[in-house]
Amino acid sequence: MSQHTPKRFSYRKPAELTGKGSGAHRVVIVGAGPVGLAAAIDLALQGIPCAVLDDNDVVSQGSRAICWAKRTLEIFDRLGVAQAMLAKGVTWKVGRVYHRDRELYHFDLLPEGGHKMPAFINLQQYYVEEYLAERAGEFPELIDLRWKNQVTGLVSTSAGVDLQVRTPDGDYRLHCDWLIAADGARSSVRRLLGHAFEGVTFEEKFLIADVRLSADYPTDRRFWFQPLFDPGQSVLIHRQPDNVFRIDFQLGWDADPAREREPARVMERVQRVVGPGVQCEMEWCSVYTFRCARMQRFIDGRVIFAGDAAHVVSPFGARGGNGGIQDIDNLCWKLAGVIRGEAPAVLLDSYERERVFAADENILNSRRTTAFMSPKGAAEQQFRDAVLELAVECPFARALINSGRLSRPCDYAGLTGVAQDGSGVVGTMHAGQPCLDAPVRAADGTPGWLLEHLGTAPVALVFAAADAGAGLEQRAADCGIPGLRVIPIQSSQAQPRVLQDVQGLVASRYGGAAGVTYLIRPDQHILGRWPIWDPRQLGAAWRAYNGGN
Amino acid sequence: MVQLRTQEGFAGRGDDFYEHLVEAHRGLSEAESAALNARLVLLLANHIGDMDVLSQALHAARRHDGP
Repeated sequence: MSQHTPKRFSYRKPAELTGKGSGAHRVVIVGAGPVGLAAAIDLALQGIPCAVLDDNDVVSQGSRAICWAKRTLEIFDRLGVAQAMLAKGVTWKVGRVYHRDRELYHFDLLPEGGHKMPAFINLQQYYVEEYLAERAGEFPELIDLRWKNQVTGLVSTSAGVDLQVRTPDGDYRLHCDWLIAADGARSSVRRLLGHAFEGVTFEEKFLIADVRLSADYPTDRRFWFQPLFDPGQSVLIHRQPDNVFRIDFQLGWDADPAREREPARVMERVQRVVGPGVQCEMEWCSVYTFRCARMQRFIDGRVIFAGDAAHVVSPFGARGGNGGIQDIDNLCWKLAGVIRGEAPAVLLDSYERERVFAADENILNSRRTTAFMSPKGAAEQQFRDAVLELAVECPFARALINSGRLSRPCDYAGLTGVAQDGSGVVGTMHAGQPCLDAPVRAADGTPGWLLEHLGTAPVALVFAAADAGAGLEQRAADCGIPGLRVIPIQSSQAQPRVLQDVQGLVASRYGGAAGVTYLIRPDQHILGRWPIWDPRQLGAAWRAYNGGN
Repeated sequence: MVQLRTQEGFAGRGDDFYEHLVEAHRGLSEAESAALNARLVLLLANHIGDMDVLSQALHAARRHDGP
């Protein structure tokens, strides 16, 4: 097997073992996968220091998560890593669905222009981890990356968390005020605290293979129900960088894993998918079953769970990695506010509320995809076949075909604390949604994107007022929201300190009549919107969301 | 004549409907499932009522059966 050479990181003897470290940290993050590293960077952008502990010293083996959705890329852009990912990743937006040898339909995920980020890119998880680790290295004062540091013991109290850590140089103790558990589906933090991880395990077995192909194979995501070239129930093929293709084979519940992962048998199978003339080399393969599960609660005192440690889903829909990054986007500004003493600790309950809601949405979608792909019993099989048969002629049936409901940004509308959207403002947006992007020009003439101007701190986006650029600091102070930036936006010519809506897309997407004001959270979700500038309403909405008064 | 609507008509809730449909059959024998489907077709046909639409639907469904 030819393997991607995984990037290794250098272990250093921790300060606590050289007698220099105090052993006391604000935040410890357990796990240096995409979720843990994203958390470290996001906290660093907030000025909060952390130590990241990982029991290994290498990026993930095999490509694992590969599909990164637009919302996740927007978050990665805020963290300063999206450009490297876009440059390396395969951008795609077209998916094709086949039944036997017939194409039923294809879909385009981003039919609308005027967004900085594409609908999806495919990029092996090891590259994502590599770029995140590189970016984390740009904050040497704030991020203390500790490879080969394994958590072996843990005591959580109301004052923080005491950790026992094992390294090649021996064991040491650490104390932290807050701990983020981002140590994956088999989370040791979760195990050490004795938390349940309940859900459904599916019997269906899958063979997953990453193969390197010689020929120029198509970029589109292609999914076959009952392919003629394979004895299994379905096949999915998807392109990644370096001419590596991910192929998922649905083997059925009664497959023999040992036999199915025999290299010769796998290669024979792969060859039938790609055609006889194409050279292929194995990168990685595995036979797996999957489960949908989540913790009952994501916060236990000073320990906060995120990503796969908190919830797992089936891979169809790319909701695992994307969901984990969105957890971090939701969490870090809140934790930073609590640590700085600007927000009450009860604000963290909104992390749990919103991300439990998101996890349930991901689990629901992933469970339905699984049901559609592996019908149980004659009636379910008949409905599934009927949907496939009607799909070419009847568009409604295409909407029922479920080969993966691809990750969409979570909408927190209607959840506790999110402002009611009775504002009378038009446009496609509402409180709870993440902001839509659009092209803008900065006051100094630099072309860019709206989302580049939002995030990390709260923002009041105010549409077109006559003296838009004047007295911004005073207007921000009137709201009483810590760190608030007021950003005026207009379609007319450049003015000092005013963002220019170059194509009018911000106004049309946000219903931006004169005076309309959006209060935007540091994670770029809309907290509330109003038809006029009213600092008391902004302040009240912020305090209501924070849970204090 | 009113045309049979074949565009998506679930207002984005197709997955909800499909899950309900499959759930309704959970635990039934094949004969019981077939009987449930028969009752369901009659209920929906009565709700639609329009003979032209029902004829087009019957025709579209029948077309997929081999001789």
